[in-house]
Amino acid sequence: MDILGYYNYWVFAVLLMIGFYAVIARGNLIKKLLGLSIFQSAVFLMYITMDKVEGGTAPIIQPGAVDQIYSNPLPQVLILTAIVVGVSTTALGLSIVVRIKETYGSVEEPEIFDADDV
Amino acid sequence: MTLLEQLPALQVAIPFLAVPLVMLLRPRGFAWLAAVVTSAFVFCTACAMTVHLLGGGHLDYAMGSWSPPYGIELRVDSFSAILLLVITGASTLALLGGQQSITTQIESHRQPMFFAAWLLALAGLSGIVLSGDAFNIFVFMEISSLASYVLIAGGPDRQALPAVFKYLVMGTLGATFYLIGVGLVYMMTGTLNLADMSDRVQAVADQTPILVAAGFITIGLALKAAIFPLHAWLPNAYTFAPHIVTVFLAACATKVALYVLLRFDFVVFQPNLAGHTLQFSYFLMPLALLAIIVASVMAMREKHLKRLLAYSSVAQVGYIMLGASLVSQVGITAGVLHVFNHALAKGTLFLAVACLALRLSSLGIAGLAGAARMMPLTMAAFVVGGLSLIGVPGTAGFVSKWYLISAALAHDSLGLLLVVVVVLGSLMAVVYIWRVIEVAYFADAPDTAASRPVPALLLWVTCVAAAANLYFGLATGVPVSLAQAAAGSLLGVAP
Repeated sequence: MDILGYYNYWVFAVLLMIGFYAVIARGNLIKKLLGLSIFQSAVFLMYITMDKVEGGTAPIIQPGAVDQIYSNPLPQVLILTAIVVGVSTTALGLSIVVRIKETYGSVEEPEIFDADDV
Repeated sequence: MTLLEQLPALQVAIPFLAVPLVMLLRPRGFAWLAAVVTSAFVFCTACAMTVHLLGGGHLDYAMGSWSPPYGIELRVDSFSAILLLVITGASTLALLGGQQSITTQIESHRQPMFFAAWLLALAGLSGIVLSGDAFNIFVFMEISSLASYVLIAGGPDRQALPAVFKYLVMGTLGATFYLIGVGLVYMMTGTLNLADMSDRVQAVADQTPILVAAGFITIGLALKAAIFPLHAWLPNAYTFAPHIVTVFLAACATKVALYVLLRFDFVVFQPNLAGHTLQFSYFLMPLALLAIIVASVMAMREKHLKRLLAYSSVAQVGYIMLGASLVSQVGITAGVLHVFNHALAKGTLFLAVACLALRLSSLGIAGLAGAARMMPLTMAAFVVGGLSLIGVPGTAGFVSKWYLISAALAHDSLGLLLVVVVVLGSLMAVVYIWRVIEVAYFADAPDTAASRPVPALLLWVTCVAAAANLYFGLATGVPVSLAQAAAGSLLGVAP
């Protein structure tokens, strides 16, 4: 398999797993959210990679240009939307963490569970 | 263009437009009134479209006049119509009856924001079932999810916060998995329109990215739909949400993810991927059976009324998946019918819980002692909802269980085992509903009775929901014909 040719996809897979691991393995809520952000960014990278056409330029029609090859603009548009979704999810997640810190005095998952088990 | 052709767009546009209005309405009660009116309006449009679709067919709407597959297409068929009825009906009934309950749980200066988030959730959920575009579905899914995180976090108990954090993390993972799947399919087919995708996947069906995409999409949506064992977020999120929010979300949030799962799998993958039927049913059927058994056992052992009903929801998702995993006309009809009937039953039960919560200090099962004497109508509605959940003849729940058992019997090798599990699940439902009824009707009441009376509107709404359970148990025509048309269109056979 052409490993270098799929360089971006390898980065995508590794980032995805780093993020996923942080979400699952970390007890700290902030670290979980960081992991979630990395997880989402990996997907952005996948979309951006797949729109690249070899030799293609920015998809803007220029006067006089003939037989110009363009990169596919659609995944970029999609991923702009997905970035907005990711930002709002992170913002909402952080605001919930702030309220958890206010009411429980901790952002560590085990301590929060212990506080409610009493 | 007639008005009817515009209804699919209005269905999502009206709640979105109402959001800023509701946020700005400061005087007490006005925000509630505006939200009720909006919700009732979209319920009416959903009814109008359903009436039109009863004879079969579908309504298409090209957003901004960009024709599909380039533009975003809204597409309403029988399957979307039945979901739209559930979403808008649950939202309208819950809002209409819920004013008092919301006032006791949400501070009054936060209420306009609360109703705005409610309408966003309503618009997002409606958008998911209307849209015929894979990426558009993702965006609507995130709109509705973000809004429902806010709604759940509004719960007065501090435990709502960790619960909603867990829901947020798992929901986002699910949605991102779905996004990866859509990306991979787009990479191979160059289209986002579901119908167009279905045509184009054929040529590349044996390529690895398509198979990986099928996996990502199924798992991602299974997370959102709380299919066992990916249901960990659901019990606490439902338990600590404000009572009226639980009515709304329990009736439709997981069902909508199930809708996307079925639509994607059956429209895009089923006709094209070799061996998909086998993979789909051998993957989901064991999970469905486990969901029915394990979640029912959890519900039997649970001491908190709301969490008991939440675990029962996980079991009911199992019934829906069991029907779908049979991949037959009757099986999918049973699944779709159960989406409708379970929403009726669980909606009624949670409405009754909202009534009980206004009078009782605690929703632990022990705290229900003497509730039937204090609030006979509420408990009567609870009993009707419970009977429907169990599937007693004469209630809505019986109809879908009947279809499910007929579909299971038609399955050649496992038929009897499936029937045994369905019956066992129903018997366990008898046990956990009976535990509540026993305490409420036969235990001695403590002396601390007499607090706030239940508002007449909430009681009235609860009784209407209970009556709907009985009505749709006897007059089965409309949901059954919609469900049959939905199953036919999913399987690709003309009804």
